[in-house]
Amino acid sequence: MAEDKTPGKKPAKKAKARKKLDLDRRDIPKQPVEARVRNFDEVALGYSAETAIEEAKRCLVCKKPKCIGSCPVEIDITGFIECIAQGDFAEGVRILKEKNLLPAICGRVCPQEDQCEGVCALTKKKGEIAIGRLERFLADWEAEQPDIEIPVIPPPTGRRVAVVGGGPAGLTVAGDLIRQGHGVTIFEALHEMGGVLIYGIPEFRLPKRIVKREVDYLEKLGVEMVTDFVVGKTRTIDSMLEEYDAVFIGSGAGLPWFMDIPGENLNGVYSANEYLTRMNLMKGYKFPDSGTPIVKHKKVAVIGGGNVAMDCARTALRLGAESHIIYRRSREELPARLEEIENTEEEGVTFQFLTLPIRYIGNDNGWVEAMECLRMELGEPDQSGRRRPVPIEGSETIIPFDAIICAIGNSPNPLIAKTTPGLEIGRRGNIVTDEETGKTTKDRVWAGGDVATGAATVILAMGAGRKAARSIHEYLGSLPVKS
Amino acid sequence: MFKLIDNYMIVPNIHLLTVEAPNVAREARPGQFVIVRADNEGERIPLSLSDWDAEKGTVTMAVMNVGKTTSRLAELEAGTSMPTVVGPLGNPSEIDEFGSVLCVGGCYGIGSIYPIARALKEKNNKVFTVLEARSSYLMYWEEKLRGFSDKIIYISRDGTHGYRGHVNQLPDIIESLGVPIDRVIINGCTLLLKKASDATRPLGIKTIVSLNPIMIDGTGMCGVCRVTVGSKTRFACVDGPDFDAHEVDWDELLQRRKSYMSEEAKPLRTSGCEKRGCLTTQPVVR
Ligand SMILES: Cc1cc2nc3c(=O)[nH]c(=O)nc-3n(C[C@H](O)[C@H](O)[C@H](O)COP(=O)(O)OP(=O)(O)OC[C@H]3O[C@@H](n4cnc5c(N)ncnc54)[C@H](O)[C@@H]3O)c2cc1C
Ligand SMILES: Cc1cc2nc3c(=O)[nH]c(=O)nc-3n(C[C@H](O)[C@H](O)[C@H](O)COP(=O)(O)OP(=O)(O)OC[C@H]3O[C@@H](n4cnc5c(N)ncnc54)[C@H](O)[C@@H]3O)c2cc1C
Ligand code: SF4
Ligand code: SF4
Ligand code: FES
Repeated sequence: MAEDKTPGKKPAKKAKARKKLDLDRRDIPKQPVEARVRNFDEVALGYSAETAIEEAKRCLVCKKPKCIGSCPVEIDITGFIECIAQGDFAEGVRILKEKNLLPAICGRVCPQEDQCEGVCALTKKKGEIAIGRLERFLADWEAEQPDIEIPVIPPPTGRRVAVVGGGPAGLTVAGDLIRQGHGVTIFEALHEMGGVLIYGIPEFRLPKRIVKREVDYLEKLGVEMVTDFVVGKTRTIDSMLEEYDAVFIGSGAGLPWFMDIPGENLNGVYSANEYLTRMNLMKGYKFPDSGTPIVKHKKVAVIGGGNVAMDCARTALRLGAESHIIYRRSREELPARLEEIENTEEEGVTFQFLTLPIRYIGNDNGWVEAMECLRMELGEPDQSGRRRPVPIEGSETIIPFDAIICAIGNSPNPLIAKTTPGLEIGRRGNIVTDEETGKTTKDRVWAGGDVATGAATVILAMGAGRKAARSIHEYLGSLPVKS
Repeated sequence: MFKLIDNYMIVPNIHLLTVEAPNVAREARPGQFVIVRADNEGERIPLSLSDWDAEKGTVTMAVMNVGKTTSRLAELEAGTSMPTVVGPLGNPSEIDEFGSVLCVGGCYGIGSIYPIARALKEKNNKVFTVLEARSSYLMYWEEKLRGFSDKIIYISRDGTHGYRGHVNQLPDIIESLGVPIDRVIINGCTLLLKKASDATRPLGIKTIVSLNPIMIDGTGMCGVCRVTVGSKTRFACVDGPDFDAHEVDWDELLQRRKSYMSEEAKPLRTSGCEKRGCLTTQPVVR
């Protein structure tokens, strides 16, 4: 195939393209709907090797692949797809991992339709290449191989870096720096590593063993991991700087928003974080075998339209509730991943679009029993380019619900900002960083991921981690050699 | 893993847990708390720090046995370990030269009021300490507290020690002290906090309570600990746990603490504080 890239061989390529145009994007097998709404096992089951090869062979191997430019970490997509097509999975994994430390995770949770797949030369109509599924296939294949390769690590540089937060940003920084011979310690507030991947995204979408595997791998590389350690409380950044040459802050955007409407503190009104943490981190879905109590609700309203809202609605459904998503705009504006919107619909979650809660109503015991809402219509586009929802006068309606889950967004937790003098904080509570290097306004401190951008995506957090690691490595290299 | 150095029942139903947690011990301040897990599958629960030793790297908590997790904690033997002891969390209690301060502790709060009394004394305050319990045999740490109190006053439900009654006796006690009290600080179960708050409200004395809503992470991430104070929603774990007692929406707090009551009865058939009312809890008689 290398010849295709040399000019002057056009006829051959044309012939190939004509021969190969296969418009049938291969489906990924899923657990049947009836079964999956009753369990917490993964919904999408993954390609078989045969299907993966078929799907890979559909790729046009474009000369100027747009897909690569639209992947935030610029994975050599054509490279790894060609490897799959030729059955050389090991080489495919190697190519993937050059740019993406956590392919098993990104393959599953990236919003591909807005990124790599969204610009594929085989447009939607022609069945864009299932890049994410292929990525996942390779990563899962690797996990099944008996010996995961541990790369050769250069001799220790004697330099040490503290990483705050064990989410995708922190894990990426740790992985990149340990491979350069630096000492790395991750400090994580919760009792498990993984950030949102562990406490937020449910098992049925991202099995925890996959996250665990990546974390274990980093541990094998020599990354030290300290859980149950709240930076800013257990120890301040300034005090860590005395012991470490550099600090990376990847503490995410964990502060839940509420709408500030009457009745929000009634029993049965949860933040998405509480609901999902109880279920995922604390294994609430195994209650009473696990110690985490959860209340059996009958009819649940989830407020919001992003991935978080879908995850809550599908979790509630699996716990036996009638589950509704309440979103103030229309289906078109739903910010969640397309695949998850489809899964959510298939599973029987009811969507109430153009609806805005204005008040929760409680019973005599202080439990929520209904929601008052307004119906909306779409007006002019706002700054985000999406049409702004406008309330319809006199459209107040009361709908009974015995639980409300508020999934309208999160912002960075102010704990570190408040205890770290010299860190510039933006208007939305985010740590201000240089986009290219992740440098903060404080000497020897870097930051990246949701804490810098506000709630975003796994791949962006990883991309930011990668850039910061590069910059930290450069900085450490500029220091006098330690004996 | 955090090694348990010592664990014993100091009075019926209350255990004193001493754990090796050097990072917590180093930073601990009066009024702060930790979040612990008794075992790997277990819930995360908050416990106030009753004492610590930065040199030895240990922290001590007084644990009132009310449910599944606290019972598990009570069963843990010295030498074993706990998977999670994270902290110190929350804001330290405000310690200043207030003048005369009344420190009130009930159940586990007798333990957690101790470092507060100590710090206040070190700031040259006059410290009056009130211990509240159902009966004389439920009082503990009098000796420790005496070292930092100008006077210790007792209230017992059955009148076996000091005043008979409960914290509704606070106005009488304050009057009998004969000096103006500049601040009242109360630690203990929610019902005690509320009753004490009601008792000092008419006196117009600034009253600080350490609130104890349900918590999970203790870092501001889940929002389950929200309380309404001064008609604003606050997260007790990061905005508190100390708040002005007279601004707290007590009904809401008592209500929210019951969120998991019926569910929690399932794993263990003991009731929480509020079910029987903490002030009337029957102690485990050995
Ligand atoms: C329910 C849900 C579903 C999502 N679905 C998707 C999806 O499908 N696709 C996608 O791309 N993105 C999704 N996201 C977003 C994505 O998970 C985040 O953008 C990403 O995890 C951000 O990574 P991070 O490393 O910056 O932060 P996080 O993953 O938030 O990790 C931060 C870590 O830092 C720890 N921490 C915080 N403060 C401290 C402190 N003071 N000391 C020590 N540790 C601290 C936290 O406990 C946490 O473990 C979802 C998010 C949620 C909540
Ligand atoms: C800041 C703070 C400091 C505290 N300090 C102490 C202390 O020093 N000593 C002590 O004995 N107790 C303390 N508590 C209360 C203690 O956390 C609860 O008694 C404990 O969580 C009960 O757990 P359980 O599993 O044994 O009981 P459960 O059977 O789970 O519940 C019994 C009752 O305890 C309350 N509760 C349950 N889970 C939680 C939770 N995660 N957080 C808070 N309350 C809950 C509920 O009202 C419930 O009805 C403190 C609470 C807070 C918020
Ligand atoms: S990391 Fe995400 S955007 Fe990049 S190729 Fe993989 S699925 Fe696409
Ligand atoms: S744009 Fe689509 S067809 Fe072209 S190389 Fe990328 S995946 Fe293949
Ligand atoms: S305990 Fe989770 S926000 Fe306070």
